[in-house]
Amino acid sequence: MNQYQLMKLLKRVGLYALIAVVLVYAVFPFYYAVITSLKPSSELFQPELWLSSIHLSNYAQVLGQGSFLRAILNSIIVSLSVVFIALLLGITAAYALGRVRFRGRTTILLTILGVSMFPQVAVLSGLFEVIRTLNLYNNPAGLVLSYTIFTLPFTVWVLTTFMRQLPQELEEAAIMDGATPWVTITRVFLPLMWPAMATTGLLAFIAAWNEFLFALTFTLTDDQRTVPVAIALISGGSQHELPWGPIMAASVTVTVPLVILVMIFQRRIVSGLTAGAVKG
Amino acid sequence: MTQSATQGAPREGGAALASGRRSTKVRRQRVRAAWIFLAPMLVTLALVAGWPLLRTFYFSFTDASLSDTGGAAFIGFENYLVYANGVWYGLLTDPVWWQSVWNTFYFSIVSVSLEVVFGTVVALLLNAEFKGRMLVRAAVLIPWAIPTIVSAKMWAWMLNDQFGIINHLLMAMGLIDAPLAWTANADLSMWAVIIVDVWKTTPFVALLVLAGLQMLPKDCYEAAEVDGISPVKVFFRVTLPLVTPTLLVAVIFRLLDALRVFDVIYVLTSNSTNTMTMSIYARQQLVQFQDVGYGSAASTMLFFIIALAVVIYLYLGRRQLGVDQ
Repeated sequence: MNQYQLMKLLKRVGLYALIAVVLVYAVFPFYYAVITSLKPSSELFQPELWLSSIHLSNYAQVLGQGSFLRAILNSIIVSLSVVFIALLLGITAAYALGRVRFRGRTTILLTILGVSMFPQVAVLSGLFEVIRTLNLYNNPAGLVLSYTIFTLPFTVWVLTTFMRQLPQELEEAAIMDGATPWVTITRVFLPLMWPAMATTGLLAFIAAWNEFLFALTFTLTDDQRTVPVAIALISGGSQHELPWGPIMAASVTVTVPLVILVMIFQRRIVSGLTAGAVKG
Repeated sequence: MTQSATQGAPREGGAALASGRRSTKVRRQRVRAAWIFLAPMLVTLALVAGWPLLRTFYFSFTDASLSDTGGAAFIGFENYLVYANGVWYGLLTDPVWWQSVWNTFYFSIVSVSLEVVFGTVVALLLNAEFKGRMLVRAAVLIPWAIPTIVSAKMWAWMLNDQFGIINHLLMAMGLIDAPLAWTANADLSMWAVIIVDVWKTTPFVALLVLAGLQMLPKDCYEAAEVDGISPVKVFFRVTLPLVTPTLLVAVIFRLLDALRVFDVIYVLTSNSTNTMTMSIYARQQLVQFQDVGYGSAASTMLFFIIALAVVIYLYLGRRQLGVDQ
């Protein structure tokens, strides 16, 4: 083996070593949460890297509580509603912003960009009043409404980017045939926009599923809470004796679906995330 | 015409249609339809963002409480600054508020800097050719997908002072003699928060930078390789200048996120003043102390401080880039 080949081999080994470090760093906390959740409470306080046996008692305890299942149901309802509303309002707005040139378009786009960068605390007191006036306090519908503040601007922005890339001829043909704008959207653009809508829908779903501040502030009782709040509020006998086993079981339960989604749709997620930032 | 419209100006979309050739009737119909389509989105945003923001500004000049926001009395600048009985009162004189402002900036600058460095390293790695690249890329996304609350809880457990694996490993390696109280210790708790945030958001930066790297022209690198220039030099002379625009975008996204940080700190260290940020402070006043007037004053300050930080950053970024877009 000559020197050149040796250098090449060393580089290769170095590359794989670095990749291994990155992999461990990215995956280890989740792995450790899974391990902890599968331990019986008697073994919980011996830090170990491997699992000797599997116990499901923590899962039984968490899933046995009606309130946690209820929180999962609430989270699913809220997130799906948010995705539906954001896509419905987003696709129509994206058509207007992406395909039609009119006065004030740039202003609207900049406003949307501004809203997407909003600190949520800045609207907390005003939004609290709106939600109470609409009688939506302690109600998942109030969360659906408030979540549009961060899902809608993002959805509009990304869908507008995608909408602009569609070829001109399609729309011209539709107009030649006398199609109204609504028909143009539903019959011509919608079929082509499905991939983009799946991507933005997925990102909106994850954002809504993970939201904490509004969910904590706008709900009061256990039966109206979403998953992040339910997990944050799991408590034990005192502040210093948190039930770590059940907390980890709950965490793994709500994270596994997300991790599976990410594994399946990683290409889409990446393209959606970067479309919002790089191209925009 | 169609060719030039699709190739020359893809961003314009329907522009070519609207201007010229077609009859003005079609054009007017399209513009009217555009506004009708925009209306639901604009109304929703006005309801959840515009109006609440104005109400927050208004509340900051009143003595509103959480139980009765409607019957608030106007009290001018008293929530911000007031002189009574020879002493200054108000938000601007509260040392805890200024501590929160300092904490917010310290947290944001340190964690975003670390994320950009780590994110760039990870992106360069993922840009290299190796077996199982897709799998690694998916694995790197895991921290991003995990809810912030869950990641904070996971790390709180790993950083637990008595039973945490981190202390256990550090002691096994002989790096520390006694367990560290990561989340309780005044000097360490901010670092605990930063560790969790960096872990959670580095993937986002890495993906943005990776997307930027993949758009770079290949011929520069081929030329550099032919000339036998060292990879380190290539990185600093070619890659870094070319991905700088992407990095600036990544930084602004992350900076805006970091300046409004709430979840991770709320779960890890609760209302401890060592890690209290502007968002934690404002929410504590608003919800826990039910003082909507004072809390709104803090929210208003937060809004303008963040806006100012963004404007300064954009100004500096633009100057550094030497472009005027």
